[in-house]
Amino acid sequence: MSTTDKAPVTDWATDFDHTHPDYAASAPEVWDDLRERCPVAHSDRFGGVWLPTRHEDVVAIAHDTEHFSSEGVIVNDYKPVGLAPVGYAAPITSDPPFHADARRLLLPAFAPKAIARWEEATRQTCRELLDEVLVGHDAVVDAARDYAQHIPVRVIAEMLGVPREDGDRFRVWIHRILENPGEGFETLEYEDTLDYYLTNVIADRRVHPQDDLVSYLLDAEMDGEPLTEDHVRGTIGLLLIAGIDTTWSAIGASLWHLATNPADRARLRAEPELLPIAVEEFLRFYSPVTMARIAATDVEVGGAHIAERDWVLLSFPSANRDPEAFEDADRFIIDRERNRHVAFGVGIHRCAGSNLARLELTVAIDEWLKRVPDFELADPAAVVWSTGQVRGPRELPVRVSAAGGEA
Amino acid sequence: MRIVYERSRCQGHGRCYALAPELFDSDDEGYAVLLVTGALPAEREAAARLAADNCPEFAITIEE
Repeated sequence: MSTTDKAPVTDWATDFDHTHPDYAASAPEVWDDLRERCPVAHSDRFGGVWLPTRHEDVVAIAHDTEHFSSEGVIVNDYKPVGLAPVGYAAPITSDPPFHADARRLLLPAFAPKAIARWEEATRQTCRELLDEVLVGHDAVVDAARDYAQHIPVRVIAEMLGVPREDGDRFRVWIHRILENPGEGFETLEYEDTLDYYLTNVIADRRVHPQDDLVSYLLDAEMDGEPLTEDHVRGTIGLLLIAGIDTTWSAIGASLWHLATNPADRARLRAEPELLPIAVEEFLRFYSPVTMARIAATDVEVGGAHIAERDWVLLSFPSANRDPEAFEDADRFIIDRERNRHVAFGVGIHRCAGSNLARLELTVAIDEWLKRVPDFELADPAAVVWSTGQVRGPRELPVRVSAAGGEA
Repeated sequence: MRIVYERSRCQGHGRCYALAPELFDSDDEGYAVLLVTGALPAEREAAARLAADNCPEFAITIEE
C-alpha cells in the first residue's frame, strides 16, 4: 500500500499530508494545534494545497463560489483542468450557474419526505447484517467491516437499481478515488473501472427502464434538452461514491464512540428518543467529510495568500471542533441542544444526500443497540482509521458481550 | 417574539423542520417553509430558538 512509504511530515503547518497514516491516527489533535498557531496550514504536496482550520474561514470559502471552484473536490496529483462549470461529477464538481439546475434535478429524490420511504429497507438491511454477524456469543465482530460498510452500499444499490452484489466493486473504486487518490491508475484495465461499469448500467437502462434514479436521470431534462451521457454518468458515479464511505465512516465512528463511552451507551439505551439529537453530535464530533476547492483567482483567507489554481481543503471536521464556534467544542455532549454543525458542508454544495445519511446513521445505531446493548473495543490498537478526505474507522473489532446477543 | 426566515440563505439542511415541525415544514426540494407569521405564542418560543440555534446557514433569526 502506497500510504506506508509517504515522506514523513515534519511540521503540519508547512508540510501537512492528509493522506499520511499519522493524520489518520491523530487528525483532531493536528487541527487543534493548527487552529491555535496557524490557522491556515500549507503544503507543497499535491502541487500546493492549503488547510484552513477555523470555522470562520471554512464557512467563508464554502460560501465564496466566485474565488473557489468545485472543479476539483478530491485533492490528488491529477488536478482537473478545463472542466468547469460542469465538472466530472455534477453537481458536486459544478460551479454556478450550471450547478443550480443540475442540483435541482436531484433534490426531490433526496428530500426528507422522499427519503422516508427508504427507512424500512434500511432497517431490514441492518437487521440482516446483524443476523449474519452475531453468530454465537462472546464474539468479536468488526463493526466497521462487517456491519457499517455494508449499510450504505446496499441502500444506494437499491436506489440505483443495481445488484447489491456489486458492492465489493464499489468499495474498490472508493478506495482508489477517495482514500488513495490516483493509486493504480496506470495499471487499470478499462473493464475494471467505474466509468466502464456506469456506461454499462446506463446502456442497460436505456433499453430496460426501471423505477430507479438512473432511469429518472435519463428521462430528466435541463433547458428542454436531455442530459448528456457524461452528465448522467458523472451524477450516477457521484451518487454511488459519495454516499458510501462517508456514511459508513459516520456509522463506524459513532459505534467507536459508543464502544469507548459506556455512559453515553447507557444513556441512549435508557432514552432512545434522544437518538436524533445524539446523531447530530456524532456528526459534529466525528464529521467524516473534508471537501476541496481549487482557487479560481489569487485570494487571501485568514492571512494566507492562496494562489490561483492552488488546492484548498475544506475541513468541516476541524470547523466543527472550533471553540470560537461551539461551546465546549472538544467535548462530546450527547444531548447538545445548540448544534449548528457543518458536517454536511454549507452553502450551495450542502450534501444533497444529508437526509439519507441521517436516516442510515440513525437506523444503523438504533438497530445495533437493540441487538448489541453492550460492547467494547476488542483491542484498541487494532482500530484503523482511514486516510484522505473521508475519516472513519476502517477496522473496528469489538467484543460483543454474551448478555447482548439475541442470536 | 417573531421568527425571521431568510429563504435566500436556506440550503435545505432540514434542521429547523426536524426540531420544530410545528413552525417549519419542507418543500419538495427540502428547503424550509415557515408555517407561522407574526408574534409567536409563548409556548412556541423554545422551539423557535432551537430552530434558529441549529441552522448552519444562519437563515433563521429571532426578533424579540
